[in-house]
Amino acid sequence: MTSFPLQISRPIHPTGIWNWITTIDHKKIGILYGVSAFILFIIGGIEAMLMRAQLASSNLKIIDPELYNQLFTMHGTTMIFLAIMPMGAAFFNYLIPLQIGARDVAFPRLNAFSYWTFLAGAIILNASWFLGGAPNAGWFGYAPITGKAYNVGHGIDFWIISLQVLGIASLAAAFNFIVTIINMRAPGMTFSRLPVFTWMSFITAILLVLAFPVITVALIELQFDRFYGTNFFITSAGGNPILWQHLFWVFGHPEVYILILPAMGIVSEILPTFSKKPLFGYPVVILSGIIIGFMGWMVWSHHMFTVGLGPVANSVFALTTMAIAIPTGVKIFNWLGTLWKGSLTLNTPMLYAIGFILTFTIGGISGVMHSQAASDAQQQDTYFIVAHIHYVLFGGSLIAILGGIYYWFPKFTGRMYDEKMGKLGFYAFFIAMQITFFPMHFTGLNGMPRRIYTYGSEYGWDFWNLISTIGVLLLAISMVIFIYNIVSSWIGGEKASGDPWDARTLEWSISSPPPEYNFAVIPTIEYRDDWWEKKMLGKTSEEITSDDVHLPQPSYWPFIASLGLLIAGFGIILSIPVAILGASITMIGVYAWSFEPVNDPH
Amino acid sequence: MSEPNNHSTHEDTTTGLNHRKLLMWAFLGSDCMFFASLIATYLVYKGKSVTGPDPIDLFSIPVTSVSTFVLLMSSMSMVLAYAALTKGSLKGFRVWMLSTAIMGMTFLGFQVFEFRDFTVNEVKISCEENSPKYIELESKLSSKQKSDYKKQCADGIEEAHVEFGMTPRTNLFGTTFFVLTGFHGAHVTLGVIWLLSLFFYSFKRGAVSAERHLDVDLAALYWHFVDIVWIVIFTVVYLFGVYEGF
Repeated sequence: MTSFPLQISRPIHPTGIWNWITTIDHKKIGILYGVSAFILFIIGGIEAMLMRAQLASSNLKIIDPELYNQLFTMHGTTMIFLAIMPMGAAFFNYLIPLQIGARDVAFPRLNAFSYWTFLAGAIILNASWFLGGAPNAGWFGYAPITGKAYNVGHGIDFWIISLQVLGIASLAAAFNFIVTIINMRAPGMTFSRLPVFTWMSFITAILLVLAFPVITVALIELQFDRFYGTNFFITSAGGNPILWQHLFWVFGHPEVYILILPAMGIVSEILPTFSKKPLFGYPVVILSGIIIGFMGWMVWSHHMFTVGLGPVANSVFALTTMAIAIPTGVKIFNWLGTLWKGSLTLNTPMLYAIGFILTFTIGGISGVMHSQAASDAQQQDTYFIVAHIHYVLFGGSLIAILGGIYYWFPKFTGRMYDEKMGKLGFYAFFIAMQITFFPMHFTGLNGMPRRIYTYGSEYGWDFWNLISTIGVLLLAISMVIFIYNIVSSWIGGEKASGDPWDARTLEWSISSPPPEYNFAVIPTIEYRDDWWEKKMLGKTSEEITSDDVHLPQPSYWPFIASLGLLIAGFGIILSIPVAILGASITMIGVYAWSFEPVNDPH
Repeated sequence: MSEPNNHSTHEDTTTGLNHRKLLMWAFLGSDCMFFASLIATYLVYKGKSVTGPDPIDLFSIPVTSVSTFVLLMSSMSMVLAYAALTKGSLKGFRVWMLSTAIMGMTFLGFQVFEFRDFTVNEVKISCEENSPKYIELESKLSSKQKSDYKKQCADGIEEAHVEFGMTPRTNLFGTTFFVLTGFHGAHVTLGVIWLLSLFFYSFKRGAVSAERHLDVDLAALYWHFVDIVWIVIFTVVYLFGVYEGF
């Protein structure tokens, strides 16, 4: 078929590690994403615990200021780009094809490339710890502190390059999911019947595609300043550091919705299932998601209220920020409407979903408080902001993701988790979260700035800081319970049926875990919540199995293309010949990939 | 399900559109934001350079108009290449494809010439007292260039040749100009490699054919996009940079 000289025999039936390296099955890639992101989440959590140890009391000297700067930068960057985003990607991968009735994503090899490139970015960022120090300028890396004049080591270089590599991974994944959702829906699966999780993922993918190029350009400018002596953010040449802030937040605010919309989708799946009711106001929930995605582009300057953009700009962005609270509030009421008079099953995923509504509402309220530009001037860069971001990201995105892991655990693994331990883990997690983050509202309003490595006892911040630190210890214990439950259940849990929750969407109509080809026969969709409606009408048929479904075959090339990016990433920072070597490997990978047929002809 | 083959016009997908074509459109949407951010940076910094040269000191609109014209014509020959292929004329396809690539390379040649020209730019300033040229440029010259001018004139010559070039490090204009047009040039380079790959691939029997027109269609979409971006850059950077009133 192909004359490409590097044609090597294809990994047709690989086993063991090669099975995972060459797989292009969206379910396996989803699991790879989920497990890697969870490990990185633990690394980010350890970074947070070290910081909390240092802040437990005034004038502690556990960690020196330079290491502290590296810790908060790595904690933020890791949690956002290496933990929550890829955990979202894990759900996209595993669930979207199942929810729309497809056998895989539109571009299975591109999907594998996304995962391995994400891993390359994660390795580059974390390698900075061992190659001269981690980045230390905060997760939004404001210029000029990231410039060569103020930041001489390689830390910021690793930060720039790893974010660029992660950007390639996110963009490739987002293109893939957009095409998959538009083009691979089963017959009858119209957009007005699409499961809410898939809808929210669709909006997220569109936001990613449009937002990531903006930070790519910002990072290119910073990189050129640092590597080649250009003047983008050099004030003596007329460069304006505010440009960085604009570019970063034009990306950064849609990014916030990239983190929260999948979580909203997960909650919108869990609540109807365990309320035995359809989602209250499905079209309104979808429309609110679209409005959030659209308005997310109009609020970025609320991160910059104290920059001095002037009263007109501040007023406009204050108004748009208040306005974006409306579609978010609408969703909260829709979720409450779903619960209302439902026949509730309060098991672990449901508890997480209800916990999400509670904590996300608190985070939303403190968000509206910052939307007042005048009041935000008092809160800017204090622990009040830290409290807000953790209530929406930890108590919002992450709590929903943990709930989602429990909810789909039977589907992912074919086994049931331990319900008692799950509930115990939830309560420990939920209480510990409040103990950790609620006091930050008080320390923040009392004036404690974020990102300081220690503070004097005369400020009176000792007590609430100690409470927060105790909370983190409890959080760690709750995560141990979570991990123990997941791991032990994965190994030895009770076998799960295809539809253990009597659920509503298409992924529950097939066995757990799903067969490699997902659906032996592509289903025809007649209703929203098709599987549930058909169960009610008695129209379900016995699941059939098939050994005659042609699936795309595994491939080495996506992995090799990503490996080249990993080498090139290190090369750009440390040695140009290595960069050229890496780029060549990527080129070879991409060329061989594009000449490789999806399936070898037989 | 797999990437569908492109042997038939109707695709076995929900919308009937080909997966790869949809992907290309999504990519181009994303690339729009990429260039929008670079152009926004250029506009934010327009006229904010601390030292010269400015656009008006360097740009030659006639020269760049020629390269712009060549790039626009390459879009036309791209259309002709695609049309020839769908009509089944592999020979026509090869002729037009090669000419598209050559025009792309011509554009790149102009760009290399222009970049070099800007870096080695010189200005002639008369050594007479209160030379109008010197007064015009005084605020744009660096102290090193001014002392160079005075040193040359101290030798008693009539006209000094002052180095007045621009690199990405010289000023904000240099930084934003080279990065914006450089990334566009990189896009064109990638496009030329893609077009030439298709051209050479067409000599392999059956590799490029009317049934497999989508392979060419995607390259054409990309090529036209890169062309359109250049029209914006030519207008915003070159024309607005030289003509007053914009």
